[in-house]
Amino acid sequence: MSTASVDTGLPAPAAPAGDAERAAQRERFALLRSSKTFLVGAGILGIFVICAIFGEALAPDDPYATNPLNDLAAPSSDHWFGTDRVGRDVFSRVIVGARDILVVAPAATLLGTVIGTALGLITGYYRGAVDDVVSRVIDAFLAIPVVILGILAITALGPSNLTVIIVIGVVFAPVIARTVRAAVLQEREMEYVAAAQLRNEKAPYVMFAEILPNVMGPVMVEFTVRLGYAVFTVATLSFLGFGIQPPAPDWGVQVYEHYGLISGGYWWPVLFPALAIGILVIAVNMIADGIAKAFER
Amino acid sequence: MSAAPAATAHALELDALEVAYRVRGQWRRVLRGVSLQIAEGESYGLVGESGCGKSTAAFAALRYLPRNGRVSSGGIRVAGEDLLAMSDADVRRLRATKVSMVYQNPTSALNPAIRIGEQVAEVFTIQGSSEDEAGDRAREMLEKVQISDPAGVMRRYPHQLSGGMNQRVIIAMALAKDPALLILDEPTTGLDATVESEVLDLVAAMRKEFSSSVLFISHSLEVIARMCDRVGVLYAGRVVEEGPVGEVFDNPRHPYAVGLLRCIPRGGARKDKGRLDTIPGFLPGLGAELAGCVFADRCGLVQDICREKEPDLLDVGNDHTSRCHFHEKAQSLPRVESPAPVKSEAADGDGTPILLTRNMRKTFHQDGHDVRAVEDLTLELGEGETLGLVGESGSGKTTLARLLLGLTEPDEGSIVELDGRQLAGKISKRDREQVRAVQIVFQNPDAALNRRFSIHRIIARALTMLVGTKGTAMESRLQDLAHSVRFDVRLIRQRPAQLSGGLKQRVAIARAFAGEPRVVVCDEPTSALDVSVQAAILNLLAELQAEKGTAYLFISHDLGVVRYLSDRIAVLYLGRLMELGDAETVFGPPQHPYTEALLSAVPQADGKPRPRIRLEGEIPSHADPPSGCVFHTRCPRYIGDICRDEEPELKEVEPGHHWRCHYSAEELRELQQTAPPQREESAP
Amino acid sequence: MAGFIGKRLVLSLITLLLLSIIVFVGSQVLPGDVGRNILGPFADQQAVDALNEQLGANESLISQYLDWIGGVLTLDMGDSLAFRRPVQEVLGDALVNSAKLALLAFIIVVPLSIAGGVYAALREGSTRDRLISLGGLSATAVPDFVWAVLLILVFSLVLGILPATATAPPESGFFTQVEYLILPAFCLVFVLFGYIARMARAGTIEALDADYTRTAVIKGLPQRTVVRRHVLRNSLLPTIAVIATQCGYLIGGLLVIETIFNYQGIGQSLFRAAQEKDFPLLQSGVMIVGIVYLVATLLADIAYSVLNPRVRLAQES
Repeated sequence: MSTASVDTGLPAPAAPAGDAERAAQRERFALLRSSKTFLVGAGILGIFVICAIFGEALAPDDPYATNPLNDLAAPSSDHWFGTDRVGRDVFSRVIVGARDILVVAPAATLLGTVIGTALGLITGYYRGAVDDVVSRVIDAFLAIPVVILGILAITALGPSNLTVIIVIGVVFAPVIARTVRAAVLQEREMEYVAAAQLRNEKAPYVMFAEILPNVMGPVMVEFTVRLGYAVFTVATLSFLGFGIQPPAPDWGVQVYEHYGLISGGYWWPVLFPALAIGILVIAVNMIADGIAKAFER
Repeated sequence: MSAAPAATAHALELDALEVAYRVRGQWRRVLRGVSLQIAEGESYGLVGESGCGKSTAAFAALRYLPRNGRVSSGGIRVAGEDLLAMSDADVRRLRATKVSMVYQNPTSALNPAIRIGEQVAEVFTIQGSSEDEAGDRAREMLEKVQISDPAGVMRRYPHQLSGGMNQRVIIAMALAKDPALLILDEPTTGLDATVESEVLDLVAAMRKEFSSSVLFISHSLEVIARMCDRVGVLYAGRVVEEGPVGEVFDNPRHPYAVGLLRCIPRGGARKDKGRLDTIPGFLPGLGAELAGCVFADRCGLVQDICREKEPDLLDVGNDHTSRCHFHEKAQSLPRVESPAPVKSEAADGDGTPILLTRNMRKTFHQDGHDVRAVEDLTLELGEGETLGLVGESGSGKTTLARLLLGLTEPDEGSIVELDGRQLAGKISKRDREQVRAVQIVFQNPDAALNRRFSIHRIIARALTMLVGTKGTAMESRLQDLAHSVRFDVRLIRQRPAQLSGGLKQRVAIARAFAGEPRVVVCDEPTSALDVSVQAAILNLLAELQAEKGTAYLFISHDLGVVRYLSDRIAVLYLGRLMELGDAETVFGPPQHPYTEALLSAVPQADGKPRPRIRLEGEIPSHADPPSGCVFHTRCPRYIGDICRDEEPELKEVEPGHHWRCHYSAEELRELQQTAPPQREESAP
Repeated sequence: MAGFIGKRLVLSLITLLLLSIIVFVGSQVLPGDVGRNILGPFADQQAVDALNEQLGANESLISQYLDWIGGVLTLDMGDSLAFRRPVQEVLGDALVNSAKLALLAFIIVVPLSIAGGVYAALREGSTRDRLISLGGLSATAVPDFVWAVLLILVFSLVLGILPATATAPPESGFFTQVEYLILPAFCLVFVLFGYIARMARAGTIEALDADYTRTAVIKGLPQRTVVRRHVLRNSLLPTIAVIATQCGYLIGGLLVIETIFNYQGIGQSLFRAAQEKDFPLLQSGVMIVGIVYLVATLLADIAYSVLNPRVRLAQES
């Protein structure tokens, strides 16, 4: 029997084993770093994160300090963004307002992703009766608009940041489960799943140890996309008065308190928080886009 | 078929063609100075393994390269016209009138949202015909390709027709414009053997009728031998040998061609007559930089000059050229594997079979129909023996494998026994001993190995779950396993994506053998691999069996491969066992009529003409099987009403030889001395 | 195909049933005593009890549920507390108003987003493609009230060419009504554009890469014909399914848009119902919204199966 093995590492790989995998990782990160959209998005997000962390230090005035005598003052060199209807400095409130939304939205998305991924794995793996039943329930949930579900749930549980996180997380889970389920259904057809069954592996092992690592790609993309929607939903709920409550300097709340005044010509308490929301959302989307492109290969 | 005189323009002329692709920012050479000419009316085969660039050559002839591809230098002339100098409009005109292509996966090559008739007629409307005229001519073409109900087919959508039928439609579309050049790129890969044979016959007949030149691209030497006048062997983007088909295959003059021919089990090769030879090393990656002769790294005859100076195409005589400094010595290429046969513990029938199944039956419920995938199957597998399972799509062979493994539950009354003990239908109900005793090697190693795991983890997990070893005992066992499948242990931390197909399949084999199984089901284990790798894996399987006395249930559509490895063979049709016997017995007369037809469909690498038996019609649907003998609707040896009314039992017609047919052994032995009357067609 | 539709219908009904249970259970969880909510915190407890008795609040949950479902089916859904009118009247008017707005938005967004998506796909990887993709997605993700604020500021305050509310004066003609609805419709357009365009783009890219497109090109067809005849038919199929599911976002968006623009549609009605704990309106309203969504998806499924020959005609042997 020949020892000059056929089709075995001869000539031996030049680099130590495992390097090719790390090289692929490095390539992906290089792609990320070179993507302009990703960088711009990350940059903007970075600014907001700094605002969230160091809010009070960066703000020129106390965001909670009311000054009824100077209410609804137009933007000036004293107050770059003007003052709101009780005289608070809009600029400071915009800076500090980053904190709540940057805590609530990611937390909610994370919760939703964890629940949704588990649901998706279970329905995708078991199919059959389990899948049918759970899918019907998910369908029923999806028929009710997110915002309405949010309102109802928060009315029932009382508005607080924690409630908002839980509600949004739970409401997003079915949508994420959908996507994960589709990915799992594809993976399930692959023979490595059958090979695992041939070792009499238990179902939880097959789902979480074998299949899950292979659907992490779609899961991560879902996470970043849902993050954008989470920001959207948190802001909308605050705007409707059902989310974060005044006097918190949350941007949605600010719009909520002032949009009736637009017709009176008082545009600045509304425009700047609204722009902040818009820019944050766009930044998150740019990051999501960059990640999706880099991990597509 | 002799080549036409070269006075008129060649149908295709490639002149030192260089094509490159940009991958991850780098330009990589795919075709290195390829030159070839196809004369008018000639059929030229381009053969090579994956990555050699043959499909690229085909697409270049149509100037259809992807966005990241370009012609770096060289020339392409089609029917005398310079393809590279043309405008886009002229290229379109050329595609519409002079060149056609037929490629793999016929059903996906047709637009699923447009009716067949419209798609075929389009070929004519491009050239200016009116809709009605085009419709008529389309129907004519469909008749020419022997479609029996052209009007009906024209109204249908592609998904409603079988793969073979769709390929006929595509051939009709291709020939409708009466092209100067017809390009076929693996047109029969993925089709059943009998269907493949019919499609190839059709192509040959059409070639005669339309006198087109043909560029036939395939990895299969047997198909090229059957269909082509001349052949070019492509390796790493270079033509390394070229000449008339018979010349090259009988008298190869390049070490690569020599090696390739030695890899293929042909002419009755069997594991106990001699090992298959292999080609050492790896196929070069796409666009690899190679100094000197492209084959130098893997050549057994390599000398220093080979690495320094690339050989020109040297004339060998008889219109035969070879790109080798030492082409006279090519056939003395030293063997990599010893030619000694694999010595196996003879399947010495000590009586108790390891694995047996009785009255196996499986019914699926689809759309309200009951589909009987496997019907009344009874099989035995003895210790250390290989039972080859042969059958086309719908025969039930994959279902049978899944039933034995416990991945699918059989119907009530089906019995599966291991060493005399009954096995549970569902694998979750079997104990660890039973689970590790029956394992499988899948066809597609990309899907069979979890791409996020390292090789180490894959094998270690199998050891832990099947055997229960841990720690250092497991590590040493892992090393042993890797050695036994000749897998370089230095690669153990890599992931499957970084390994070649052959290496991945070795890992899959190691995993199957982790628990010292008694039976391993091999489900098309080499079908997804290149020819040179296939031989190595077959040798490996044979050696492992000899060493460990494992029994194999070997499933393959490639009859040469099955014959090489199997001790006994079972032939399945529509879920029923049609014939069962020793390998040599089944492969020669007397044999079941279906087996006879199946064997006649397989092109042999020696290209010798065989009486071909054509089976009419398509494989019947499971939901509505024919009455009586399920094969009677297509059987070329149909007797009469008895075949239609009465399903024959599986009878032992000779010692150890069973079949399901109303004929007896003597009757068929007599009958099969001549080919069946109406449907005989011999190869051109 | 009839079998397919039948199956979908049955599944939809089951989902509908589940939906009704969820809505009912959900509303039971809302805090508050119905009678107390109507009569206010200062009313006499006896009066509250009597009212509760009258409203059937003391019956068992099951019979309350059946009463309610029966009411929905017979279009007798009780009285709205916030509007002091029968629920079905409130909902009926609201649905008509919302339908007008939604229709206008759809008429604008569907052709625009499909064209945008296909255009982006045909120039995949180019700057124009990235702009459309990214722009579309960002527009979708920006909350509708932000768009509303921006649009009102620009068009109403600064330019003064369009009104800041959506409710036209009564007895307005067709064009006046449209004038009032333009701004809110465009808010909806921004929200819906991104997702539909993305699906159209993805579907077109997939079709462009398909084998059958390659066959068409190799036949010698010019690019435009290839796209028109071969690609579009296949790429737009998945987009249809998406348009239906966008109804869900649409209704959610309506809630916010109608509130800002002070428009008496179904969104605003539900919002008021939630704010004022108007259970009859809330329950039935959410149910109606759910029904609309399920009908839309059912219609989309049917359209998909009619247009897709692979579903319409089974494979023959």
